[in-house]
This record gives sequence, structure tokens and C-alpha cells, in this order.
Amino acid sequence: MSDLPVSHPRPHALREVKGPSALGGGARRFFDLLWLMAVTEFKRVYFGTVLGYLWSLMRPLMLFGVLLFVFTHVFKIGSEQAEFYPVLLLLGIVVYTFFQEATSNSVTAVVTQEDIVRKTQFPRLVIPLASVLTGLFNFGANLVVVVVFILAFGVEPTWTWLLFPVAILALLVFTIAVSMALSILYVRFRDVAIIWLVGAQVLFYFTPILYPIEALENHTYEHLLMINPLAPIFQQIRVWVLEPNAPTAAEAAGGWLHLLPALAIYLAICVFGVWTFNREAPKIAEDL
Amino acid sequence: MAADTTPPAIQVEDLHKSFRIPKNRVDSLKERVVRPFAKREYHELHALDGVSFEINQGEFFGIVGRNGSGKSTLLKLLASIYRADAGRIRMAGRLAPFIELGVGFNPELTARENVVLNGVMVGLTPRETRERLDAVLEFAELTEFSNLKLKNYSSGMMVRLAFSVMMEADADILLIDEVLAVGDAAFQQKCADAFGEMKAAGKTIILVTHEMSAVERYCHRAMLIDGGKIQHLGDPGDVGRQYLQLNFERGVEEGGVAPTSGPADEVRLLDAWIEDASGNRVANVESGEPIRLRVELEALREGPGVGVGFILADADGVGVFQFGTGVEDENGEVASLRPGSRFTVRADVENLLTQGHYFVHCGVNRAQNQSVALYVHNALDFVVYAGLDTPNGMVDLPHEIETTVDRSGEK
Repeated sequence: MSDLPVSHPRPHALREVKGPSALGGGARRFFDLLWLMAVTEFKRVYFGTVLGYLWSLMRPLMLFGVLLFVFTHVFKIGSEQAEFYPVLLLLGIVVYTFFQEATSNSVTAVVTQEDIVRKTQFPRLVIPLASVLTGLFNFGANLVVVVVFILAFGVEPTWTWLLFPVAILALLVFTIAVSMALSILYVRFRDVAIIWLVGAQVLFYFTPILYPIEALENHTYEHLLMINPLAPIFQQIRVWVLEPNAPTAAEAAGGWLHLLPALAIYLAICVFGVWTFNREAPKIAEDL
Repeated sequence: MAADTTPPAIQVEDLHKSFRIPKNRVDSLKERVVRPFAKREYHELHALDGVSFEINQGEFFGIVGRNGSGKSTLLKLLASIYRADAGRIRMAGRLAPFIELGVGFNPELTARENVVLNGVMVGLTPRETRERLDAVLEFAELTEFSNLKLKNYSSGMMVRLAFSVMMEADADILLIDEVLAVGDAAFQQKCADAFGEMKAAGKTIILVTHEMSAVERYCHRAMLIDGGKIQHLGDPGDVGRQYLQLNFERGVEEGGVAPTSGPADEVRLLDAWIEDASGNRVANVESGEPIRLRVELEALREGPGVGVGFILADADGVGVFQFGTGVEDENGEVASLRPGSRFTVRADVENLLTQGHYFVHCGVNRAQNQSVALYVHNALDFVVYAGLDTPNGMVDLPHEIETTVDRSGEK
């Protein structure tokens, strides 16, 4: 080690040590750690096993296959209302898989990384964020398959495809907030994992993914469904990417004003996630 | 070495930290929801109770304390893992934010990937880490295993890798918790050299350990912490001795045996103690220092002369050594007993004992027929403490030892 430059003692100024926090340790280190953690985890899954990429595609594709059969051959719901029902279903499942994967991996993330939390000064927020970022990488990889399907089914490209990232951004922010809340609450309340297992499942059915929202054939139900903050996002994805003529989120909700409850819940969850994480982050090393 | 003129690297002022330990832990949301207003009781544990000290830049500083003394809490506060309840920590320069080696290693990744990850945790940029990668692997003597997954590493290899990363981290202040006991002898020597280099480079190093020899070997100053308070701060040798003493005192308090008297209508034991050279009572004797045993006896009724005997036994009750004397007056004559007469026995025993806990049994015999007038089991106990290179065995007997080699029969 002697061939490396040894830094000689410079007079350093005394600085206050503020203790642990969500972001602590400098912005550069924060992003370096976030990127490195997400990338290594992604690489581990994709290149660590022989069938890496296939495995991660398997889950959404299998779900897609089963649901497609059930809903086109058994119940015959989807294809009547939606022009490209199979693609709509696949896109919905892939997008929801991102949300579900990122949040459920985050639940246990802080506790799994217990060693790091208890024994190093580590910006706590990196942990759930890295789970979300890894999920985002997976999502990107899965999206390739979806694009192939979309083109194969002959969906006309439109300028509104450019709005797809906007919808994903809205989903990403929501995913991060939920992940923050779940990961930090799980440190103290271990039943959060079970609650979320059920919660994510329920949320899936209350989002228009399996069924085009018109299939409900009941405006009250449609309006109620649009209270779920994920529903308008998924509805807009359908409109922007696949069917410009499908009812927009506002139309499904019965007017712009009816989207306000969803917006309020969305914002409330975002604020709650950030607030609770910030509040608990300095203390988690003691609670673990 | 660290003169007062060097600027401080760490200033700690009146640091407090306590933990609230819930009496019955609520760890499910369900419970919280079902009984939202259930009174939650805590008992408060003061891990650190007003600790202030200063460490100078370029100083090698030892922190010593028993388990639960608060030293780990202090370390975690310094490393920004815990947040202090009150008080202030100020630091100059960059701290390597680790309190244990190998934290954050991922067994599923190769050594190479782990070094990069760990380097970033230590505060380097990914590029800096990659530049140092080869140096790190070389120092750890693991270059040929750099693409092996860490789960296939031995624990020794893992520690070497972790230590090397930390050495290359280029932090100004290092916190090191109990690492010197790892690795083989050759690597330990390498660590010692690296410490020397860091010392020379003016790094500030805080070493937390149970191992007194390391503190005495490396540290400029040391601090003994107990019960959340600083017990002693200064010369590492003094701190080391105080630490050992503290350990044994605690041992006596917990396992101490009160003197028990035998049938005593003739003579009774008033007091038994050990004192140091200046006549103060002590509970511990340093190895090599004479054991100055003092016993006071009182006669309860008239009788002929008596003799006093002692058995020194170790903690397992095995007798080590027996000695005694007849009770004589100034003129060298056997002193007969009268009610109220008192005898003091003074015995100075050369201390060949090794470190440990010892007991003294005291007996009084009638001079005429050697029958027992009094026997007190565990009349007193004391601890012999020693430096670090305590030999095995119960006693450290003086000896001469030599060897000869006869080469005449060699082929």
C-alpha cells in the first residue's frame, strides 16, 4: 500500500456530528451507494443464474397466460370492450408487477440489511430506494417483451406514447412512498409483511388491469374504483398507449372533480411515507 | 507523543444516551390497533451518562470497558449509527463509518465486487475504489481469488479483505472494534505494520478492545469506561491495570463468600484482611507483589497457648499452600489466653501465584494437643491480577532452564 499516495494530515475543521438520518453521509455517497446497490442486485438476479432474465419474465408471462385464457375463454369479458385486450392485460400486469415487486422487496429490505444499519453509518433511505430501482431495471427489461407484443398485435404508434413515462413517473413516486413507509414500519411491526401481502393482492383487483373498466357496467362502481390512486394511472396508460378511444381516467371517474379523492390519497400516502421514514430513520439502529 | 498543541480530531462534550426498553414489547400493528391506549411501560437504561473527552489528531486512542459498559454505544454515536440524547460530538476530517470489519459484504458477490461496494460505503467514489482494487487485493494476499464468490471464502480471508479495504479507505479517523485478534500471525504482523504506517501518516485511530496488550502496544492514551461514565483516562498501562482490577472486583462482589466461623467459645476471629505496602486495605494484589495478610483474633476465655494456621486455596477449593505459627509474645514465649486479650498475626507471603481468585482459611490450634479451637473457612478472599503474559498454571515458580544439543551422533 506504500506505493499509493498517503494523504498527509491537513488541519481539518471541527464539524458537528449530527447522527444518523435518512440521507446522511453526503449526496455523492448517497447516489453512489444507491446506484451500486441496485445494479449489483439486478446483476445478481440476471447473471447469477443460468436462466436469469427468463426467470424474471416467467412470473408476469405465466400470470398473463393464465388470465388471458380465463378471461377470453371462460368469462369472455375483456375482448368485448377492449380492442387489444391481451396486450392491455400484459401491459397492466407488467406495470403492476413493478409496483408489487418493488414494494414487497422493500418491506423486508431494511431488516435484511440489518448488519449495515447497525454497524455502519449508512444513509437509510438508500435501502428501500435501491429495491425500487432494482424493480425499475426489471421493469425496463420486461417492457421490451411488451413492446414486441404491442407491435405484433398491430397497435398504431401515436404521439401519446410519449406520455407513458409521465404515468410511470407518477407510479414511481407512489411506489417509493409506499416502499419507504413499509420498510420502516416493518422494523417495528412485523405483521406489516403479511398485511402488505394481502394489501397488494387486493389493490391488484381494485385496479382496472384484468378487466377494462367499462366491463363493470355500473357507473357507481366505476367512480368508486377511481378512488384507488393506482386506477387513474393505469387507465391513462391504456388510453395513451393502446386505445385512444377508451374512457380517460376523468371520464371513468365521472368528471375531473371526482379524481380529487384519488389525488388526495396519493398525496397523503406520499407525505406519510416521507414523514414516517424521516421520523424513524435515526432510531432504527436501536430498534433492530 | 500527542502533544497538547495538536488540534483535536474529536471533541465529545457531555454525551448522554439512554435506551428505553419496553417491558412488554408491542411488535404488531394488530396489537396496537386492538389496544391503542394500552399503557406501555419502559425502563430506562443509561448507556452513557455524561461523557466528555477529546482526541487529538494523529492520536492512537484506546477505549476499554467491560461488556455493557457503554463503549459500544459510544462507538455507535461516534459513527453516526445512534443519535445522542444530549451532548455534542464534533469531528475534524472524514471518518471511516465502520465499527466492524466486513459489514456489508455480500456472500453472493465476488471479492472484486465486494471491494467496490465496501469502498463506496467507506466513502470513496466507485472510480477511486476501482483504482485501488488491485492494491487492496494485493494487500489482502487474495489477488488470485479475486473472482471467487465471497461465500467460498474462509473467515480468515474475509477478514483480510475487509481489513485491506479499510486500510485503503484513506479516512482521517478510523474506528476499530476488536479486530486485532483475527488472521494468522503473519497477517497480524502486517496489520501491526499498517497501523504503524497510519500512525506515521498522522491518522487518528480509535481502538476498542478487550485485549489489553493491544492497547498498551499501540495506543498513546486510553480511556476506561464503566457504567456509562469515564473511570480513567490517560496512560494505557494505568488504564489496563484499572480495567483488570475492575473486572476482578466485580467478580468478587458477585461471587464473594462471607467469612464463616466455626465453634468459637475459646477464640474468635475479629478481622482478616490484606493490605498494601503503605498499610491500606486492598481487595486485589498484583502478581509479584507480596501478599500482606493480617488477622486479628480475640481470646474469649482463659486457656493455654495456641497456634494459628492458614490454608491458601484457589477458586476451586484446591489447597495451594499451608503455613502457620505459634502465637508468641514479644519475648518469644507462648502466650496464654486471657479473656479479652487480642492477637494480631502479620504474614507476608511471597506472591508466586498466577492471576485468579484465592481464598484463605484460618485455623487456631491448642498448643497442648493440637486440637482445633477454631476453624474459619474462607476467612477472606482476594484476587491476584497480572499483566497480560500470565503463564498457565496456579503458581509461577522461579526456575532456571537450559538446553543442550548433542550433535556427535548426527548422520
